[in-house]
Amino acid sequence: MRIPRSWVNDFVNLNSVTDEAIADAFVRVGFEVEDVIKQGADLTGPLVVARVIAIEELTEHKKPIRYVELDCNEGQTRFVICGARNFTVNDLVVAALPGAVLPGNFAISARETYGKTSNGMICSAKELGLGDDHSGIIVLPEGTAKVGDDAIDLLQINDTIFDIAVNPDRGYALSIRGAAREIAGALNLVFTDPVEHAKSLAFPEVGPATTMTITNGAMVGYLRSLDNFNPKAASPIWLSRRVEKVGMRSISLAVDVTNYVMIELGQPLHAFDRAKIVNGLEITYAADGTKFKTLDNQERVLSGSDLVVRDSKQVLALAGTMGGLDSEITEATTTIAIEAVRFDPIAIAKNSRHHKLSTEASRRLERGVDPSLAEFASARAAELMISLGGAKYLGTSKAGEAKFPAIISLDPKYVNDRLGTALSEAEIAKSLRTVGCDVDTNNWQVDPPSWRSDLQIPADLVEEVARIVGYDQIPSILPRSPYAATLTPVQQRRRTIASALAARGLTEVQNFPFVAESTMKTLNYTGERAATFRIANPMSEETPLMRTHLIPGLIGAAQRNLSRGARDFALFEIGAIFRNTTKLVDGIFPTLGVKPDAATIKAIFESVPPQPIHLGAIFVGKTTGDNWRTKARNYEWADAIAEAQTVLDLCGLSYSVERSDFAPWHPGRCAELLVDGKAVAHAGELHPRVCSEFGLPPRSCALVINLDALPASNTVRAAAIGAMPIAVQDVALVVEPSVSAAQLQQALVDGAGDLLESIVLFDRYDKIGDGKISLAFTLSFRAADRTLTGEEISAAREAAVANASKLYGATVRS
Amino acid sequence: MNPQEINEWVSAAKSAFAAAGDLDELKTARLAHTGDKAPISLASRGLGSLSPEDKASFGKIIGEAKAAIATALADETTRLELARDQKILLEEVVDITLPAKVTHAGGLHPITIIKNDISDFFLAQGYSVAEGPELESSWLNFDALNIPADHPARTMQDTFFVEPLSAGLVLRTQTSPLQIRTMLTSEPPIYIISPGRTFRADELDATHSPVFHQVEGLVVDRGISMAHLKGTLDNFARHMFGPDVTTRLRPSFFPFTEPSAEVDVFFNGRWIEWGGCGMVNPKVLATCGIDTTEFSGFAFGMGLERTLMVRHGITDLHEIVEGDLRFTRQFGVGL
Repeated sequence: MRIPRSWVNDFVNLNSVTDEAIADAFVRVGFEVEDVIKQGADLTGPLVVARVIAIEELTEHKKPIRYVELDCNEGQTRFVICGARNFTVNDLVVAALPGAVLPGNFAISARETYGKTSNGMICSAKELGLGDDHSGIIVLPEGTAKVGDDAIDLLQINDTIFDIAVNPDRGYALSIRGAAREIAGALNLVFTDPVEHAKSLAFPEVGPATTMTITNGAMVGYLRSLDNFNPKAASPIWLSRRVEKVGMRSISLAVDVTNYVMIELGQPLHAFDRAKIVNGLEITYAADGTKFKTLDNQERVLSGSDLVVRDSKQVLALAGTMGGLDSEITEATTTIAIEAVRFDPIAIAKNSRHHKLSTEASRRLERGVDPSLAEFASARAAELMISLGGAKYLGTSKAGEAKFPAIISLDPKYVNDRLGTALSEAEIAKSLRTVGCDVDTNNWQVDPPSWRSDLQIPADLVEEVARIVGYDQIPSILPRSPYAATLTPVQQRRRTIASALAARGLTEVQNFPFVAESTMKTLNYTGERAATFRIANPMSEETPLMRTHLIPGLIGAAQRNLSRGARDFALFEIGAIFRNTTKLVDGIFPTLGVKPDAATIKAIFESVPPQPIHLGAIFVGKTTGDNWRTKARNYEWADAIAEAQTVLDLCGLSYSVERSDFAPWHPGRCAELLVDGKAVAHAGELHPRVCSEFGLPPRSCALVINLDALPASNTVRAAAIGAMPIAVQDVALVVEPSVSAAQLQQALVDGAGDLLESIVLFDRYDKIGDGKISLAFTLSFRAADRTLTGEEISAAREAAVANASKLYGATVRS
Repeated sequence: MNPQEINEWVSAAKSAFAAAGDLDELKTARLAHTGDKAPISLASRGLGSLSPEDKASFGKIIGEAKAAIATALADETTRLELARDQKILLEEVVDITLPAKVTHAGGLHPITIIKNDISDFFLAQGYSVAEGPELESSWLNFDALNIPADHPARTMQDTFFVEPLSAGLVLRTQTSPLQIRTMLTSEPPIYIISPGRTFRADELDATHSPVFHQVEGLVVDRGISMAHLKGTLDNFARHMFGPDVTTRLRPSFFPFTEPSAEVDVFFNGRWIEWGGCGMVNPKVLATCGIDTTEFSGFAFGMGLERTLMVRHGITDLHEIVEGDLRFTRQFGVGL
């Protein structure tokens, strides 16, 4: 909302207040100042009103140029060159004379141009820093100015405009009235309410007046009928300039007046061409499917939830949002109906949202407008149309009744308790009166003003007191929690895993959880990983799905890094995945203000699908950069599995490893890791087709662990560590290649018995002929209470080998 | 044999040992001066043929001479062994500036780092870290927070909706539903923070992202006032931005707090909007079944990306969301 200082000054004497103090005051009471525009600060005259005496068209140049003779009331005329064409002889224009300096440090002097002497310049609004309009020069309506007038004064150029942000609860401040009251309150100055003038207006009811009825969607409305309006009457400059200063366009007297009053008081108004209204106005919902053309020449199809203003024949306006093309004021309109209605804010919000039409009117009405203003704002508009447009008052139609905010009981102690302050009752009462409340300090009944429908509970009043005394008056005290808090085990585990992976050379990424359908297809997801949620209004139509797996995001991050020149790296991500696998129920919306019962709370929580936290990683290129120490090697399937195992080891979990055929991994090079017999992780080499489709280097690897599926780590039961000597035995076994290392190792473990302390596979050899392979293990034996004898050790080793032979036909390699 | 002659033998042995350039030469000198044929050895063996008086006096002199020679030999051995080791070590010199670390440098995402930092800061003050779903019930995300369906405040937060719309599921626009979840399931006193990922339908640009992170704090206890909110924010701001930072509260509007405020920090010479805060709206407490005559509370929330950008001088949000290794690795693991 743009607030011109000069306009505020009508209601608060700001003569001794600097612009900076005003800006600070706005911020202090809760209005962010987005811009302070010092209009005219970089403009010096002479700038005068001039009349066009004659125009000589110069046609010999690239573009048509005019050589214009001007009367500036200087005794003799002067000539200027002008490129604009939107004026004729006898028009009143604004001329900058030699010696003037326009914004942008543009000095005006007499100069030779286009073969003529130009003795000044005819100005556009943009050249004067008044706005963006550069379509032509300013032409002043006849009768609004005299030749030779100082145009800086006339156009009220010297002004400061504060562009403030108004929060949704403060609709009243979308007006000069509201902003001026806030400034007066913040600076402790006297405020004169412009409504007082409007209240004093009285009009004769001579009839016949157009009627208005409210069927739906409005609290109170006034319709004032005027006749004899002079459609040729122009907006006086003070009016059009103020409308322009707040960022609207001056259009015609009738439209400018409605806009002016809306800006001044905050009540949107609509002026209908009364001649077009058939049998009075009705505020009601539209019939579903009605077609209707708004002022902006858009045909709109209305639904039954659109609130409209209509007559007996057709819809005339989308209520509180935009008028209709058919009933707008035209250059021929002489009879006018001024409508001012306190519409239901929700109805207007819906209108605005449904038609994606946020207007000056809807922005105010959906925030709630002072119900007393329908009467007074319409009266003020009528006054201006009568005085400026020569209109004659016919009569008033009123519908509905204004209802005002309820009285609030306030314990002044509550104010101090909530703010942590020690304000006196007098200070509290004064603050509340400053914002317009009536305060009965005998029994602390606070009656909010008509424009503050947002003041409903004592907490709302606490904020008003705090605003007026200043938030900086609140002390700073650190509260004491009674708890000793720690991360939960799950949080601790996640943090430790991330730190460990980072220390092991993996880099963490956080990808958007949005996925493309084509990606889901290419990765060949099936089952619960194909059960996606679709976003109804995605950021990009390309990625409308929620991720069901971390791999797509990791591939994307890898691609991005590859495209920027990285070659060898490992990335990981920890985050939630979203699978549409539970039965969705309809949203549950219990009544507010009381706690829902336990069953409802449970149902709400259960209506939200589970979103487990996964860990994913992708391994691309070489395990190290090229270096002088070793020959860098590529990541391979075993690196991904090792990293997954590292994570499970960190969690103190034991696991088994099985081969798995699981997209998007290589069907022969994917391990499934199981804890307590349940699959918790997959790791290995990505499917070759996936690598080629996404432009990853061949044999890139990946892992995914469902962190939420990992059981809690048990408290370690420490085993006694024996000090007896260890006995180490190596065995090399020959088996068919179909026997897995894990199977063979388990057979040795089972056969070796309790003396076996550890077993390590230290060699694998597959070139011994017959297609067989050799797997060599180191077995370490130890007893807790004695040194093992040679016989005991040999017996244990042989028992281990015997079990391997029995189960898998293993023979000792000779 | 006379004492002077014996002294000369000692001197000769010492000089020969001292002249040895390495352990081999010392060995030669040792054999010459202490071997079987050495004068001192011969003299020692000749003692038996002397008179008892001479035997005693010369025996003592020869014994001392042998000891002196042995000491000299030991000293020179030590010297030459040291010299030999020195030479080997010199030969083994390498260029220790060759890049020793060849493994990849990893790193935590800076959002994780700042999340951990903030969590630790509040854990130490007795706040638990609350976490919850990102795809959330709209009753928890909006209604229970006093944001009714057609209130203009809802359009302040452009929301991603998930199909079917009838399920009332949204990508949470704030971590505040965790406040509701916590208040619905636990009794005050409540001291929590809720760092997490949030979503709003904003185009990605230098300062906005459809996916971002917040940390919110919630305290509900007896006698909680806005002064406690201010104290907590002052303390938090100093932890984030350094001991000299100052804060200010500005009146603002959030449906779930009343009074509401924006908190700004004065950092690097200018006021920076940091987050929103306020006293928990009694309407919200009532919906959560908290007795507003006994308990009151405050809440605050700020963007983690914004905090990171201010604290680390990051000018473009793209850097934080794109996952470029070069960006993330700058932060290490946050030490």
